[in-house]
Amino acid sequence: MNKNPKIALVGNPNCGKTSLFNALTGLRQKTGNFPGVTVDRKIGVTRLDKTTDVDIVDLPGTYSLYPKSLDEQVVLDILANPASKDYPDVVIMVADASNLKRNLLLFSQVSDLGFHTILALNMVDVAEAHGLTIDVDRLSERLGVPVVLINAKSEEGLNNLKFAIKGELMEHSELPKPVLRLDTVSKEFIQEIKSQFKVANDYLAMLMAGQIEKLRFLTSENRSLLGDINRRHSFQHVDFQTQETVNRYKVLGAIADESIRHKNGQPQETFTQKLDKILLHPIWGYASFFAILFLIFQSIFSLAEYPMDWIDSGMASLNEWLKSTLPEGLLTSLLTDGLVAGIGGVVVFIPQIAFLFTFISLLEESGYMARVMVLMDKLMRKVGLNGRSVVPLISSVACAVPAIMGSRTIQSWKDRLITIMVTPLMSCSARLPIFTIMIGLVIPEKTILGIFNLQGLALMLLYLLGFVSALLSAWVMKKVLKVRERSFFVMEMPVFQLPRVDHVIMAVWNAVKAFVMEAGKVIVAISIILWVLASYGPGDSMERAEQQILQENPAKSPEELGNEIASAQLETSYAGRFGHFIEPVIRPLGYDWKIGIALLTSFAAREVFVGTMSTIYSLGGDDDTDTVKNKMRTEINPETGGPRFTPAVAFSLLIFYVFAMMCMSTLAATYRETKSWFYPAVQFTYMTAIAYAAAWITFQSLS
Amino acid sequence: MAARNLSQLKLGEKGIIAGFHDSNLALKLLEMGCLPGTEIQLTAIAPLGDPICLQVGGYTLSLRLDEAAVVELQ
Ligand SMILES: Nc1nc2c(ncn2[C@@H]2O[C@H](COP(=O)(O)OP(=O)(O)OP(=O)(O)O)[C@@H](O)[C@H]2O)c(=O)[nH]1
Ligand SMILES: [Mg+2]
Repeated sequence: MNKNPKIALVGNPNCGKTSLFNALTGLRQKTGNFPGVTVDRKIGVTRLDKTTDVDIVDLPGTYSLYPKSLDEQVVLDILANPASKDYPDVVIMVADASNLKRNLLLFSQVSDLGFHTILALNMVDVAEAHGLTIDVDRLSERLGVPVVLINAKSEEGLNNLKFAIKGELMEHSELPKPVLRLDTVSKEFIQEIKSQFKVANDYLAMLMAGQIEKLRFLTSENRSLLGDINRRHSFQHVDFQTQETVNRYKVLGAIADESIRHKNGQPQETFTQKLDKILLHPIWGYASFFAILFLIFQSIFSLAEYPMDWIDSGMASLNEWLKSTLPEGLLTSLLTDGLVAGIGGVVVFIPQIAFLFTFISLLEESGYMARVMVLMDKLMRKVGLNGRSVVPLISSVACAVPAIMGSRTIQSWKDRLITIMVTPLMSCSARLPIFTIMIGLVIPEKTILGIFNLQGLALMLLYLLGFVSALLSAWVMKKVLKVRERSFFVMEMPVFQLPRVDHVIMAVWNAVKAFVMEAGKVIVAISIILWVLASYGPGDSMERAEQQILQENPAKSPEELGNEIASAQLETSYAGRFGHFIEPVIRPLGYDWKIGIALLTSFAAREVFVGTMSTIYSLGGDDDTDTVKNKMRTEINPETGGPRFTPAVAFSLLIFYVFAMMCMSTLAATYRETKSWFYPAVQFTYMTAIAYAAAWITFQSLS
Repeated sequence: MAARNLSQLKLGEKGIIAGFHDSNLALKLLEMGCLPGTEIQLTAIAPLGDPICLQVGGYTLSLRLDEAAVVELQ
């Protein structure tokens, strides 16, 4: 444990806390231009001077110390509990300068709790664009705390901020007088709570009285005692909190008016308002939404194709070169057929992943995400979700795990639970490789109507299928759950912003790195295990398979029979036997034992499906120098003599992977967020059932 | 003049907040700057007619119609 002083970043949602955190610590936590990006606390270190390091704690945004959702709860947990391990020595109150009055509300609550507080005015550029200038000295004098102008996006003003932190840490500067005069409740009431719970601060006592259920550090005895005291003094918490908010605004409104100067009269319509007129227009709103989706899927296919082809043939040549230079033998086979083939099946997808994440990052950083929430809220509500469910659903296109955590911003438990349950139906980036390969096998690469890449359209349809089935499942769950809980959608709309190019690049780079590392770890392990299982069989079965082929074809030399021998050996190997074992289950879906092996390995991570296929077909003795796609294209179905991957099989696989819940991390995330094994079990069962049924119908009706 | 609520504003129209019907939602809306006496303007309506976007206290707030109906106007 380090003993660094703790500095907490507190503020309204979307005011730039995480941007400031990243600027101070050099870390790269996720930022985005919509409320509710950060849902948990994060810690980093920053250096104030040669001798002092401090811990910076980034927190979710909140409008007050009265939390309405789980992410906001985190702030109360830390600030109202002096025993919390994150209890800060100094609070940096990050405030959106273009919206000062509202941001000061939370500031005054935090400051009244007795924290040494620094007011960091962020978004000053936005305020100026709105014609507002702020008199920092006046504000600082009236609030009694240091006020620093910063720009968390361009990382300006950090030195002044660090200087102010040092000041607050060293000299024990006097705390300002509380903003709120607690004259709506009796002194005895406050005194009784303070002495019963050994609390020093008046406002903290009031927080305890008002949030008995929400303060998680209270024991059940504490709770009943507090309830008792409240009853005796007939304390009405909602009335108190409403009155408190109005009274605070009275004081703060006056302070804000004194320190803000408006430039030339009438405010004009801002750029954001003009853009909203189009993006939320009854017709243009949806038209632009679909145009954006189109653009994304088109470029994933048409633009990413060139770099993908280079990588694919590069990996194939590497394999060929390794085989020709290294001495023939077990190790070479493990390296080429096992590792290189498996890794090749992952790295070819880097360009697509990069495109996908670039678009997601642009959607998030521009402010469009919040508009999609508004566009979708009514539809979402009909099926038991919430406009805010859009964020988990869209970010699930990258990965369902953080998406499921992102559901913490949803206030109603029912909305949140349904969101968690259906989020994995959105197709995540791990499914992209399977989709790409299968689409490449059965959908011709054609342009229709002049601009639409047919393969890109097919991909978009698969994603839409995932989305629609998420909505349908949500609707069914809404009917099953029958909870009548009021749900809310009160949300601040951010102004549109130009994303910082380097931040977008960093976000994409991190996503690609995570994709390669995650899949890489699994693929290395799986490739080795798979290679072993596919190269050895029980007893002397491998030799016997070779002998049998030789005897059946006495006219040919062993060299000529290389491919036949290899495939006979694969079939009798452990992996082959395993594949045969599960074949009866998957045969109705059109899969053979080789696909069965890939299906099983993809339980470890969906990304490895293509890699496994590649390894299996390399070992199966086909032409080693070929690309993954060509290996699959030329694979023959021994029963029909035709290609293995007929449209029926390929579509059946596509449909299976749209629905199948094949991801341990997602199930673990569902468990963490719902705190019960029941929900992940239900999730796994219903998704697998849909996957099997839908793939069966697809295969049977197409073949 | 009959008492109106926020959900009855027309696009571009302004009103002054008078009070709230629902005390739980009131706290949330107060915290977000919807104080009695504040001017509020309807700036956009989602394509399906709900939610709506409002300009209040220098920023844009979006609300569902049934949430807006809680807010009484002067
Ligand atoms: N123009 C401008 N934009 C900023 C400034 N600081 C941050 N931003 C942008 O504001 C958006 C929100 O920033 P975040 O750092 O994610 O905000 P946050 O407070 O952590 O938000 P939550 O985690 O949702 O509470 C991002 O798009 C930033 O690029 C600033 O000083 N000026
Ligand atoms: Mg944040």
